[in-house]
Amino acid sequence: MTQTLQKHVFPVIRTAGVTGMLVSFDDRLSEPANRAALSFAAAVKAQGWDGIEDVSSSLISVCLNFDPLHLPHADLQAKLEQLLQSQDWYASDLPNGRRLWRIPAVFGTDLAPQLEEAATAAGMSAEEAVTSLTSARTRVQAIGFAPGQPYLGQLPEAWDIPRQSQLTKDIPQGALVVAIRQLVLFAVQAQTGWRQVGQTAVKLYQPRAADPFMLRPGDEVMFHAMSREELANMQTDPMGGATSEVLS
Amino acid sequence: MSRTLTTHRIGPAVTIQDIGRLGYIGEGVSRGGAADRLALSEGAALLGQPDTLPALEMMGMGGEFEASEDMRIALTGAEMRATIDGSPVVWNASHLLPAGARLSIGPAITGCYGYLHLAGGISGAAELGSVAAHLAAGLGRALQAGDTLRVNADSGGETGHFLERDDRLTGTEIRMVASYQTPLFAENEIARFQSEALIKDARANRMGVRLNPSTTGFAAEDGRNIVSDSIMPGDIQITGDGTPFVLMTECQTTGGYPRIGTVLPTDLARVAQAAPGAPLRFRFVTLEEAVEIEQAQASYRAGLRQRLRPLIRDPHKIANLLSYQLISGVIAGNEEYV
Repeated sequence: MTQTLQKHVFPVIRTAGVTGMLVSFDDRLSEPANRAALSFAAAVKAQGWDGIEDVSSSLISVCLNFDPLHLPHADLQAKLEQLLQSQDWYASDLPNGRRLWRIPAVFGTDLAPQLEEAATAAGMSAEEAVTSLTSARTRVQAIGFAPGQPYLGQLPEAWDIPRQSQLTKDIPQGALVVAIRQLVLFAVQAQTGWRQVGQTAVKLYQPRAADPFMLRPGDEVMFHAMSREELANMQTDPMGGATSEVLS
Repeated sequence: MSRTLTTHRIGPAVTIQDIGRLGYIGEGVSRGGAADRLALSEGAALLGQPDTLPALEMMGMGGEFEASEDMRIALTGAEMRATIDGSPVVWNASHLLPAGARLSIGPAITGCYGYLHLAGGISGAAELGSVAAHLAAGLGRALQAGDTLRVNADSGGETGHFLERDDRLTGTEIRMVASYQTPLFAENEIARFQSEALIKDARANRMGVRLNPSTTGFAAEDGRNIVSDSIMPGDIQITGDGTPFVLMTECQTTGGYPRIGTVLPTDLARVAQAAPGAPLRFRFVTLEEAVEIEQAQASYRAGLRQRLRPLIRDPHKIANLLSYQLISGVIAGNEEYV
């Protein structure tokens, strides 16, 4: 083992498999670490280093896919260290051109059967849970897992609930799920350990559209409750009733 | 006149695949591409063309195909029963598929993912820069009976070549490196992961391969509350009930279940090709060893064309060529491949 269990001093550079390098800005989600990840990813892309195949940001880190036969690990590590030292990444601004999205969702019912369970885990009634989730102004902190799929945060402390130990099969596209003070809105049908509290008609990812991905990191999202009947009427609208305005 | 391949019958999981698409991981689209990347290179070597050209990937079952004109083809990856107009043809070899003849590719005999390569490569509309199907991302689709594929012009070349295959269809030793979440697991769990055989489950696809522990599941410390973070293909994720999953070419891009290590790119094809029920044994190597192994694999891939052998056609044996041991007769035997 070359990596031992220890308290890291962030930011830290570690390997991810043989062909990945991960730059982490914290080991728990925080606003400054998320801003640092978004802006550092943009900076790495702008460098245009040879041998880099992909640069992506997640909630608190930046992942580089690279070819170690072309760009040795030690060389990449040195480049990253130098770039890290060039500024205070935690103090970065959010990306430009951010938007505020308002997205309708059905909470509970047979479409989102885990609302009660999630509310109980958060110490609330189902009604309180819906009020809490619809009054939260969340931000797209990362896109990941599936195409165009956002991690939205950060919810109030009460929503710091763990994932389930078992995966729930076949959570549908448009599902709104919750765990660890975050919401995820499902871009495709998938299985998950998160609990489903809502269902939307949003298609986050439209592969044949000019701009296939609806949300971008930094965008803000608020949900509001709608009825089952309203949802049924929205199935033909790829935006699922969502509206957006540009944030200045 | 357009050059096409028509599918008369098709297995349930046949897709167009290439080396995948990069640059969209940050949008949630993993690289994808062929489950057995080396099979793509072998097909390219057999036909004398670049290994970036797309081919048909056939999981478990092939289909019945007809070409609109004479076409050079190659068959690689999982060994499948194959005939042209009823006559058996050798796997891991190149052949001429005459216009109008029926190429029939049956179930896999050894391995899971077989490949049909067409000289010139399959032509298709690229989405996000590639024609490869990525079903998890809604890109492309599985082929259906009656589909007609356009095939690019063949710049010409020979057929009747054979390539000896490495042991990835049946090999059970899987090498891995420590990754950034390995320290979440106690030393004794890491040791146990390497000492017990892990049984490949029948629930295996291009996204992930489930492994069944011989004894009990594995656990990280406080693994249910870690922040979701970047995933690499080959990562071995331990879900909440202790079951390991190897994340494959079409995996999710981020995830919150802890990962005990990452399978080497070279050995990922072995995980993909192993039969359900195969007892896989995992072993950590250092990052330095891993880079050497990847270097050796890259050299091996680059040298495949020098390894081509003429296909020996003995009319008396043509009926049972599938069971015929070709290898002992045509290979020099000084293989340095690791």
